[in-house]
Amino acid sequence: MRAPLSWIREFTPLDHVEVAAIADALNQLGLEVEGIHEPGREVNGVIAARILDVVAHPDADKVRLADVDFGDGQLRVVCGAPNIKAGMVVPFARIGAVLPGDFKIERRKIRGIVSEGMLCSARELGLGEDHAGILELPPDSVLGTDVREVLGLDDAVFDLSITPNRPDAMGIVGVARELAAHFGSPFSLAGREPGPIVDEVAGASVVVEAIDRCPRFVAVAAQVVMGPSPEWMQRRLTLAGMRPISNVVDVTNYVMLEQCRPLHAYDLGRLAGRGIVVRLARDGEKLTTLDGVERTLSAADLLICDGERVPQGIAGIMGGAAAEVSDTTTEILLESAHFEASGIARTAKRLGLRSEASARFERGVDPNNAGTGASRALELFAQVASAVPVAGAIDLYPQPIERTRINVRTERVNRLLGTDLSSEQIAAYLMPLDIEMHGNEAWAPTFRPDLEREIDLVEEVARRVGLDQIARTVPSNPAKIGGLSARQRDRRTATDVLVGAGYDEVFTLPLLAPADLTNAGVSHAGLTVADDVIEVENPLRSEESILRPALLPGVLRAVAYNAAHGEADVALFESGTVFARPDAGEPLPRERRSLAFARAHHSRRSPHEPDRPVDVYDATAALEALVQELRIADLRLEAGPVDGFHPTRAARVLVDGRPVGALGEVAGPVISALSMVAPVVACEIDLDALLDARRRDRGGRAVSRFPAHSVDLAFVVDDAVPAGDIRATLERAGGDLLEHVALFDAFRSDALGAGKVSLAFGLRFRALDRTLNDDKVGALRQECIDAVVAAHAAQLRS
Amino acid sequence: MTAATDLVQRAEALATEGSAALSTAASLDDLAGAERRYLGKASALNEIREAIKNVDGSERALVGKAVSSARAELEAAQTARRELLDSEAAARSAIRDRLDLTLGPREYVRGHLHPVTRIWRELEDVFVGLGYKVGEGPEVETDWYNFEALNFPPGHPARAMQDTLYVRLGGAESTLLRTHTSPVQVRTMESQPPPIYVVAPGRVFRRDTLDARHSPVFHQIEGLAVDEGITLGDLLGTVEAFIQALFGSDIEARFLPSYFPFTEPSVEFAMSCVFCHGAGCTVCSRTGWIELGGAGMVDPNVFTAVGIDPERYTGFAFGFGIDRVVQLLYGVDHVKNLWDGDVRFARQF
Repeated sequence: MRAPLSWIREFTPLDHVEVAAIADALNQLGLEVEGIHEPGREVNGVIAARILDVVAHPDADKVRLADVDFGDGQLRVVCGAPNIKAGMVVPFARIGAVLPGDFKIERRKIRGIVSEGMLCSARELGLGEDHAGILELPPDSVLGTDVREVLGLDDAVFDLSITPNRPDAMGIVGVARELAAHFGSPFSLAGREPGPIVDEVAGASVVVEAIDRCPRFVAVAAQVVMGPSPEWMQRRLTLAGMRPISNVVDVTNYVMLEQCRPLHAYDLGRLAGRGIVVRLARDGEKLTTLDGVERTLSAADLLICDGERVPQGIAGIMGGAAAEVSDTTTEILLESAHFEASGIARTAKRLGLRSEASARFERGVDPNNAGTGASRALELFAQVASAVPVAGAIDLYPQPIERTRINVRTERVNRLLGTDLSSEQIAAYLMPLDIEMHGNEAWAPTFRPDLEREIDLVEEVARRVGLDQIARTVPSNPAKIGGLSARQRDRRTATDVLVGAGYDEVFTLPLLAPADLTNAGVSHAGLTVADDVIEVENPLRSEESILRPALLPGVLRAVAYNAAHGEADVALFESGTVFARPDAGEPLPRERRSLAFARAHHSRRSPHEPDRPVDVYDATAALEALVQELRIADLRLEAGPVDGFHPTRAARVLVDGRPVGALGEVAGPVISALSMVAPVVACEIDLDALLDARRRDRGGRAVSRFPAHSVDLAFVVDDAVPAGDIRATLERAGGDLLEHVALFDAFRSDALGAGKVSLAFGLRFRALDRTLNDDKVGALRQECIDAVVAAHAAQLRS
Repeated sequence: MTAATDLVQRAEALATEGSAALSTAASLDDLAGAERRYLGKASALNEIREAIKNVDGSERALVGKAVSSARAELEAAQTARRELLDSEAAARSAIRDRLDLTLGPREYVRGHLHPVTRIWRELEDVFVGLGYKVGEGPEVETDWYNFEALNFPPGHPARAMQDTLYVRLGGAESTLLRTHTSPVQVRTMESQPPPIYVVAPGRVFRRDTLDARHSPVFHQIEGLAVDEGITLGDLLGTVEAFIQALFGSDIEARFLPSYFPFTEPSVEFAMSCVFCHGAGCTVCSRTGWIELGGAGMVDPNVFTAVGIDPERYTGFAFGFGIDRVVQLLYGVDHVKNLWDGDVRFARQF
């Protein structure tokens, strides 16, 4: 909504109030100022002058000499414009004047003749693109007057962002009412109903078949002479952001902008059956609107039809071409109707068609200014279209809509706002907004459909008091104790563990393309993905058309993105929501928190140790860090094929025996599909399931004060035997006295024999309550050896 | 019989000769050779000591004393020389093995938190400090929680302010990607009686394509306080408190009336520009203010929808964008940077 200050001032004088103060007030009132346009701000020292005479330049063909009278004197200027002629009143920039762009006018010689200034085109005054000739001012302009005044440029246009609850502020009058209340400035809006009420006007009748959708329909008629509207009206419309079209159309737009009263003028001569029928459309019915688009309608759309029921427009949104006013129109029928707001909103949304009128109707136009708006239009038609009104008006308004009565409790107002106002103060705040007050009873005007409940008036009081006048406090209930839940703290921990393990956190879009899943090798049964993915109904593009069922497709895409930008060695992780189809009977998807991480190419290069490619053990290291920090009691890896991973270098992650994810080396086809640099290792686990898992208790264990005995044992076994099995055998055999066991070497060689591997373990024995003697340690060592030899067909290496 | 005087003379000569040799040994190897020669088992001094037994009893002590004194002299020379050579060797190896710390540390094992996570946590911590718990809700929501329960009936013009992404579940337009974190308000009020003091950071969605300035996904934080006696003044004071906790105590909070279907009175809040402190700069579009978010008193209709008595309880709610704060505090120009996983970006934080 663009509101020129000069127009506002027609309804409230706002004497001696600066533009900045008005802008500030509008903001304080909730009519947010998004910009202030002051068209004349950059035009200084340009005055109206009459051309007395135009003579040829002695030394040039393209420029001429004009003598101008500017009231206080006469001067000669050199001018190149073809349209100048004696008698014209034009903008004259004297020496010292400044034009937009900080263009200073100086005395200068053109082809040997001194020019005492310059005559200006519209473009030179910053008034649009017209540069064909010098701008012609009204012939009755007072010579010597500043052109800003002549052209109405001494104005400020407020670009307002109006919230959807304030249709009244989509009219100049509404904005003026707010400002008048704020500044205590008088406000006047003279309106009169057209009349008398008749059944037919100019032989035309109106039938409303859908009264619930069109509670009021006012129609008046007039003989008109079509033509352009006068300059002042065109200027106002332009300032307000609308394009002038013709005098009749401009008047309807003018009244809409001024009073938030959309109108529509029909060429009565082209309205078949000389009448109007307001009816619902039939499903599939078609209409070509003024913008030239053929619209297919539904039974929920309201139509304005001619007397023969042929559609002439979509009610409250846009007219059709057939009965549009044109150059040849001589009589018009003016519609000033009230349409029910939500119906307009639904149709406008379904058709994707919004107009200045629909923007107002869908917020709620005042039904009770339909008559005064029509009168205002007739008055303007008379002024600008030589109109002769036809006597009488049709006004179909079977159930007049009246002011809403609302009880306002003083105590409630104060309790909500934290104020200490009296009922008299509250009434004094509300009455300037045309809210009638009778004790605690408020009667809200019909142009404020947002005022229906007590709370709505509490808000009005808050606006009128001013938010900066309300004391700022904080809730004081001592029972409020803040904190994160255990689950929220654990999630932070999981993130911190990954960061500590050298992984950079990334966010990837939770909206994916189906191809992202295929590229990542995620078949529907793979990873931790559910049977089916959830599609977005109205995606803007296919790249963002499904909800991610897993994080890895996005994380791997980020690995690829980095490789493409010269960073092949990366360690990335993401913690975020993934989506699966709802459980039976549930309306919403299953949402889980997932955790995925990936490392690619090389461990970061350094001078301190040899470079090496990343491998799956990098992934298991990060997983182990999570297990330790979160005290997960039972997490195991079960080697086996997993979709998207190398067939023999992948495993499922089991927690408490249940699968919660997978890790491994990313499969070759996935690496090629995403143009990653091999090798890439990755892991994804269901973080919720991991955090739901059984935990080791927090209890501390006693630490022995006695010396330890370290024993190293190396076994040669078949290389199909998992090292973890031998370790478990050692732990069992060593019992409580085996304080620690760790595999420290594994190697294969020809000397060991084909298919054999040597595994070396470091064992540490220690008792909590005594020093172990050599005999006891020797016996324990032998029990461990015997157990491994027996269980795994192992040989002890000596 | 061996002449005692002869032996004494030999011992003294050996002491002189050997001390000179030990004291001038050029290297630790030379020194070891000299040690063997003058102090070892096969040394001449040892021969003299062996020969004592052949000396006449009364003169043995004389010879023994000469041998001891010669040995002491030799050992003193040896020790002095060894200390000198050892320290020279240590100095040489120290120079040879000196560090170049500019090689940098061993592999740097510390990843980076996403900047949104950093601010997200900071926000949570500020509100925890103010006595709030952290609430959560699903990212895919029903129309009821995202709109209807928040007083957006079907066809309500305020729905048009939100460009909604719907998902293909249930009836047409019944299930959607939440357009704001406000549904968490409703879920929280449904699940617990007042008093309620909760903030809910979370992901929200709009029908937008990812580019420098837009994203279909972004982050908001929602706050909700429901208790007896909560006032609009409490809302204004709370917003001011967290703005100052987050941005500094010299930053001002400004409130202007606004409109949201689920709060009334509704306000929008801004803070004085953290860069120009109100003077006007490009970040604040020369207004001196940076708009942050919206807030208001919980609308009685919302209370009624969740079964809370609006006559007994009052409450406020607020919400604002986390990404915007990230952009301000970390100087992130491109929204896209938050989402493409570029480590050149991630490693800055």
